[in-house]
Amino acid sequence: MTPALLVSGDPVALGRATIVVVAIVVVKALLAFGMLMTAVALMIWFERKLISDMQNRVGPNRAGPFGLLQTMADGIKLMFKEDLLPEGADRATFRLAPFLSTVPAFLSFAIVPVGGVVHLFGYTTELQVADPPIGILFLLAMSGVAVYGLMLAGWSSGSKYPLLGSVRASAQMVSYEAAMGLSVAAVVLVTGSLSTRAIVQAQAAHIWDWNLVRLAVIPFVIFLAAATAELNRPPFDLVEGDSELVGGFNTEYSSMRFGLFYLAEFMSTITMSAVIVTLFLGGPDGPVIHLPLLNWLMPIGWFFLKTLAFLFFYVWLRAALPRLRYDQLMDLGWKVLIPAALGWLIVIAGFRVGRVTGLVTFAVAIVVGAGMARAFAVGQVRNRDPATSSSTSGDFR
Amino acid sequence: MGMLDPLKGFKLTFKQIFEPRVTSPYPVRKRPKPARFHGRHVLNRYEDGMEKCIGCELCAGVCPADCIYVRGADNPADAPVSPGERYGFVYEINYLRCIHCDLCVEACPTGAITESKMFEFSFTDRNDAIYTKAELVVDDDGEPRHQPWEDWREGDDALTSGWMRATSPSGMAAAEGRAQWSADLGYGRRAPEKGQSDLPEADATEDLSVRKVAASKIPRRLGGRVR
Repeated sequence: MTPALLVSGDPVALGRATIVVVAIVVVKALLAFGMLMTAVALMIWFERKLISDMQNRVGPNRAGPFGLLQTMADGIKLMFKEDLLPEGADRATFRLAPFLSTVPAFLSFAIVPVGGVVHLFGYTTELQVADPPIGILFLLAMSGVAVYGLMLAGWSSGSKYPLLGSVRASAQMVSYEAAMGLSVAAVVLVTGSLSTRAIVQAQAAHIWDWNLVRLAVIPFVIFLAAATAELNRPPFDLVEGDSELVGGFNTEYSSMRFGLFYLAEFMSTITMSAVIVTLFLGGPDGPVIHLPLLNWLMPIGWFFLKTLAFLFFYVWLRAALPRLRYDQLMDLGWKVLIPAALGWLIVIAGFRVGRVTGLVTFAVAIVVGAGMARAFAVGQVRNRDPATSSSTSGDFR
Repeated sequence: MGMLDPLKGFKLTFKQIFEPRVTSPYPVRKRPKPARFHGRHVLNRYEDGMEKCIGCELCAGVCPADCIYVRGADNPADAPVSPGERYGFVYEINYLRCIHCDLCVEACPTGAITESKMFEFSFTDRNDAIYTKAELVVDDDGEPRHQPWEDWREGDDALTSGWMRATSPSGMAAAEGRAQWSADLGYGRRAPEKGQSDLPEADATEDLSVRKVAASKIPRRLGGRVR
């Protein structure tokens, strides 16, 4: 992929790179970064406040009005703490790892369309940092890179628990990435384009055109579950597992390096919520009043509102669900989500060909699915009872 | 068991958002302390200003944490400190060790040592942890002396004298309603505490336990309102 292709949606690549164009791109990037950082600070506050509400507590209320400045206070505290480097650590990797998880979290936000189109100084620009033609693949690539952040952080710490945490992390993220990719494939299949802008525009006509409805909810649910696992958020937070792994991959980290992991976690939560909104809920789509300022502010408002709903949902998940066991996590990923995503993708493809083909594939998918479910159940029972099992793997359960 | 059981947690957690909180903003507002709360000690004096401590060291002997150090001395004939033969010449309590069990108060034969309700005293110097007699003995008004690092609040120095224990009948019906102790400097002789023979009505007292207060704010359908 040449760089020119990467940003072909932007005026820079179209050979009209004047100083104003460059300035617009720079301003957009800075604006997105600033907004995301502010959003992270507010998200941490929001999560702590909401979860305390759900647990009948008060939550942070000392720093600033309603404790709004709590994140700032924590950040300042973290910055002034001693930056420890464990003796057994691989120094360069140890220093690199926090950035490897923070940078992808930010970069994947770059492809999210926040609003419609704005006309500035005679130039027309889309309200998103970049609209590469590889679009949504970029998101998958970035979440792939983020695995390195966790993996290397745990490995380079030169300590056992972080290593265990990072092994869990990479196994979990790799397995759920497959399900995630397959549900994204369903979206791409009906849109016919990888570009996030095109995906959003394809959903813009009516609420029935939202991929949530169009793909009959299942890819959405799969993506939501896979994204939650990808984010290592509860109930899939085995990576951190504070009660099992003393905090997981970031145990040996302190000071701002720890802060970066924390930042990355919340940043990717926001980014992932924004991506879900983009893929399944029409992004900035919503009823708009056609007045000079409102007609480009309102889509942004809709986008924020939808994203906020998902952020609320993520906090809610954390309050409501206990952490999964590791084998449950793997079972859900490999035995439920991946087959379901794959089957549904084929069914959707069938319906794209024609109604009859669709119904036939649907029937086949159900039969195959039922067969697989039975096979898994039998395997489960055999594993549980070593006497009927030919392998010794049952002993590890 | 039903299909929707896993979703019950979502319903419950969402409902909690609108439930009232029982948390009180602690350093700003403090709950009233129970009448027999164990806080920092005071050494009481009689109404005429004499010290009650006779230097018998029973408190030091009974102390399970070994935090009290007492040395008695003969009262100087021309200026006696206590009414008896001897007085507490040295009296020190190490608050890094004290567990506020109140056994010293139980042991004291003259009601000299009692506990106030002040428990917020965080010193920055370990030497401040050892309270000497000058800091423990009540002042000329019978009030506990306030140290700069102590956080005294309204009502913390009420009911600090020996009155509390001295008027409790210890379960003996015959002793009920009779004050068995001498007057205190600043407080005089107070009416004796009510005995246990006739129980006070349940809701007469204001200081319910935290659990009961918390429960009273939870709707009944959620298992609240225990009192």
